[in-house]
Amino acid sequence: MEKFLTHATEYLPILLQGLWMTVAVTVLAAVLASVLGVVWALLRTSGVRWLAVPARTFVEFIRGIPILVVLFYIYFVMPEIGIDLTAFQAGVIGLALTYSCYIGETFRAGIEAVDKGQIEAAMSIGMRRPMMMRRVILPQAFRIVVPPYANNIVMLLKDSSQVSVISVAELTMQGKMLASSTFDNMTVFTLVALLYLCLTIPLNSLMSRVERALRRSR
Amino acid sequence: MIVFDDVHKSYGTFEVLKGISATVEKGEVVCLIGPSGSGKSTLLRCVNGLESYQKGRITVDGLLVDTSDPTIHALRTRVAKVFQRFNLFPHRTALENVIEGPVHVLGQPKAEARDYALELLARVGLSHKIDAYPAALSGGQQQRVAIARALAMRPEAILFDEPTSALDPEMVGDVLQVMRSLADEHMTMLVVTHEIQFAREVADRVLFLDGGTIVEQGTADQVLRAPQNERTQDFLRRVTHPV
Repeated sequence: MEKFLTHATEYLPILLQGLWMTVAVTVLAAVLASVLGVVWALLRTSGVRWLAVPARTFVEFIRGIPILVVLFYIYFVMPEIGIDLTAFQAGVIGLALTYSCYIGETFRAGIEAVDKGQIEAAMSIGMRRPMMMRRVILPQAFRIVVPPYANNIVMLLKDSSQVSVISVAELTMQGKMLASSTFDNMTVFTLVALLYLCLTIPLNSLMSRVERALRRSR
Repeated sequence: MIVFDDVHKSYGTFEVLKGISATVEKGEVVCLIGPSGSGKSTLLRCVNGLESYQKGRITVDGLLVDTSDPTIHALRTRVAKVFQRFNLFPHRTALENVIEGPVHVLGQPKAEARDYALELLARVGLSHKIDAYPAALSGGQQQRVAIARALAMRPEAILFDEPTSALDPEMVGDVLQVMRSLADEHMTMLVVTHEIQFAREVADRVLFLDGGTIVEQGTADQVLRAPQNERTQDFLRRVTHPV
């Protein structure tokens, strides 16, 4: 135990750098994925074919490709067509694109779960579609969607470890490098796991607090 | 006010409305009765363009009801609707539900809309519930808020789609009372209902629909007390003497 602690204090600064990178990648990717996710959901539920079909096709494609392949594609293939990205940029974009599809599907399910009577009530007071979306459907869909959305974000945080394969120096990558130079696998990976928990546990409890607050305001 | 001229509607190959022609005059209360599946609710849904119809014409105050035309939105602000399942906005309070249309669709100043909404909520007996969310209201209270929401648009006519069918029996009276008072003020109302007693007392005219056609129409007395058609007689017997 004592050995663990002395080694831990030695490794921690390097791992914290990785943790910081994990947070940066996750936050940027989450924001981007959420915005894109709303866009996919709105396009897919628009009722306009030439908006819904391309959005659905895109979502189906990305969802059908492993995230590692998406990351490789963006990082290694894009430069060949003249788009040079840093590993960090490629990591954020890859994660965001992939998760925008999951989040988009979550939002779409939320929008479609709103009672059809609500749409009729909104139409019957003369609302047009954009106002109906903004004032009637989305506020209700939002409540429905909080728990699965929170789950998406936690998954995204954990999947941010995947960007290590394109050499983004986030927590998992730093851990792997540290472990291979010290051979102290036990200490390093225990710390890595604990550091992830330091992010996911507060995130989970924050989300369940939001959920409870929303339920109260009903 | 509302004119149906040979209205046809089908879902796929199934014809729901087979040529409906009827008129609702200004200030008149017309009740639509008939067995379920007869097309009453569908006919009502066509009036404010919640459904489209394939043949014939429906006009409201001379304006053609056409779901593919942008004028449909303006038309809907003039013909309010009250639903069987209330359909209040669950994320808004009673008061917010009532001012939603006036403020956000009609663009009325909020203070003015609020004053009128308070007046309407008082009228339906819910002054003490203005800040309650729908989930905290009984079915009867929700339906009365829904009527206030409809009235807030200052509509020229109100469509009621079985407004008491989803209510517990002891709640029905309050809602019918409000509707009766609207009828007394000569609000134009088209009411799909199973409340034969209400129709008898309040309706100026009654239309009996069966199988997508108007089988019989006339004054409430004619249709409900002395029905001529065999199907009307049979339906009324079953509704008024269920056992």
